[in-house]
Amino acid sequence: MAGKTLFDKIWQAHEICQNDEGQSLLWVDRHLAHEGSFHAFNKLAERGLSVRHPECTIGIADHYVPTTSRNLIAVQPKIRHVIEQLVENTRKHGIKLIGLDDPRQGIVHVVGPEQGITQPGLLMVCGDSHTSTHGALGALAFGIGASEVAHVLATQTLWQTKPKRMRITINGQLAPGVTAKDIALAWISRLGADGARGYAIEYAGSVIRDLSVEARLTLCNLSIEGGGRCGMIAPDEKTIEYVTGRPYSPRGEALTQATAYWKTLYSDDDAEFDREVILDGEEIAPIVTWGVSPEEALPIDACVPDPSSASSASKSRQIQDSLDYMGLIPGQKLTDITIDRIFIGSCTNARIEDLRAAADVLKGKTCKVPGIVSPGSTVVKAQAEAEGLDQVFLDAGLEWRESGCSMCVAMNGDLVASGERCASTTNRNFKGRQGPGARTHLMSPAMAAAAALTGHLTDIRDLLG
Amino acid sequence: MDMKPFTQLSSLACPLPLENVDTDQLIPARFMKESRANGYGGFLLYDMRFDSNGSEKDFILNHPDGPTFEILVSRRNFGAGSSREAAVYALVDFGFRCVIAPSFGDIFASNSVNNGLLPALVSEQDCERLLEIMDAEPRQMEVDLSAQTITVASTIVSFEINPTWKLKLLNGWDDIDLTLAETSKIEKFRENYQKHYPWLG
Ligand code: SF4
Repeated sequence: MAGKTLFDKIWQAHEICQNDEGQSLLWVDRHLAHEGSFHAFNKLAERGLSVRHPECTIGIADHYVPTTSRNLIAVQPKIRHVIEQLVENTRKHGIKLIGLDDPRQGIVHVVGPEQGITQPGLLMVCGDSHTSTHGALGALAFGIGASEVAHVLATQTLWQTKPKRMRITINGQLAPGVTAKDIALAWISRLGADGARGYAIEYAGSVIRDLSVEARLTLCNLSIEGGGRCGMIAPDEKTIEYVTGRPYSPRGEALTQATAYWKTLYSDDDAEFDREVILDGEEIAPIVTWGVSPEEALPIDACVPDPSSASSASKSRQIQDSLDYMGLIPGQKLTDITIDRIFIGSCTNARIEDLRAAADVLKGKTCKVPGIVSPGSTVVKAQAEAEGLDQVFLDAGLEWRESGCSMCVAMNGDLVASGERCASTTNRNFKGRQGPGARTHLMSPAMAAAAALTGHLTDIRDLLG
Repeated sequence: MDMKPFTQLSSLACPLPLENVDTDQLIPARFMKESRANGYGGFLLYDMRFDSNGSEKDFILNHPDGPTFEILVSRRNFGAGSSREAAVYALVDFGFRCVIAPSFGDIFASNSVNNGLLPALVSEQDCERLLEIMDAEPRQMEVDLSAQTITVASTIVSFEINPTWKLKLLNGWDDIDLTLAETSKIEKFRENYQKHYPWLG
């Protein structure tokens, strides 16, 4: 019998039973709930159901929270209502809440790992597609919709069809200036935004082993942008060191037992994957998106694509549509694209290492365009301030905000104006994502910082040493 | 709490010949703080339907027959992105009961089934055939879930659907009821699980 993949091992450990069509009923260890969960709680209320295991859910306020203050005084009534509903729903059902004024508050996918809620081997869900982030620590974690959230609340389980397995191996080493964000955009632009649809992804290879835990979180976060059901990395010494000692992590004897188990979580040598993708680390360049899907991405030294040289008529129309929305000209050098503002934030790239990378570029310099920096969590914010990074951003002319989803999704009112172009460390360049008519270029934190300095998309390698 | 079973559908189908119609486009984030009580149909593809003054644009959903559309035909990677079930609410509240495309965002597809909306997966070629026959106009179309076929004019194409989802849609079943019937199995699993992974207890 062939060996098992990391994914198979965790799936099997959580499988309660199968139905006649082969779907599995899975046990859910942890569920994270943000303000958007109100639909799911309403569903429970409609049916008079209670939360089966309130201790397995943690509420975190992030999507709608203001980033200019930590209270709701100046907040628009409808937004305030959504935030208050999370408070009410968690209180009513006895669920722990990391609310707006909590020192641990932040974006769910930053807070989970930071507080030790995320651990290797766990099955975790959240009503948010970027739940794939948590797989970086060797958890099986994926996003679900509101009906499924209601199901988890009511039963602590979920019906799922087992995805196929894909391994993305990245050999060699990354060149200077190249980050986890670039790895993600590299594979997504190669395979397509639906290239990993129906697959659970495992990232492997020397480049992955060399990545810091925070960089792995960035990479797994973006798995969904390539259509992956989840993204995972086998836990190693770095993972165990990262998880150890955090508020929710096991301690003492429990930690010894847990660690022994975590060390068994890897794909066996003879495990089989349904698809293998192999990339060469040296060949990955700093990448930016030019269009309205994360697959529309190119190395920063390339030019805006020309619809007339597309492989098919439909591809050509698609490119033209993206260029029209983005206000770009075919053949234009990407580095000639001028920007109006930058945003450094989101569950993709707002951890302390991301802020350090951006601050490194900005230190002692002045930005040509305005921008916002919103740390991934209040803990990250405090750490950045202890290191003096807030002052670097402020001195460069950027705004230093509180933590939340902010301009990644523009739900709290932080938005990019119509027609404005934003260099953004977020994860989606969809039409209207950062506000109606907003134009988004995705890139790494250092690249966003470099663009802020020059006022146009910039090759970070030109600024290095 | 069962949903309306889905067996056959005969309706005007609406062509939306775009790739990557993500859930942010299906319902822009700014509408998601609204209560569902008044329906989400008015928010569907809002920025394609209306300009910044709220006036209707020249867009297929604004067609006089728009309110009768129950089938949508689009291109690859439909419903990608955000897990927001509100995207499905917007489609369903507008009147859609079936979306046909060559690929769907995974989370969108399961959200659809949970709301009685059929995500019918067709091949790229068949999708292009359907769009070609429709020729940018609404067309009468038949969808048969048992037979997994789509008929337009004299052309018949087949579609794929996960077998569990097919059963759920055909019967209008709801997962929560099915799962609550398994409670004793779940409890037994949990006991065993806690023994195996005591640090999670
Ligand atoms: S930061 Fe953006 S992508 Fe991440 S959870 Fe918030 S809205 Fe979603």
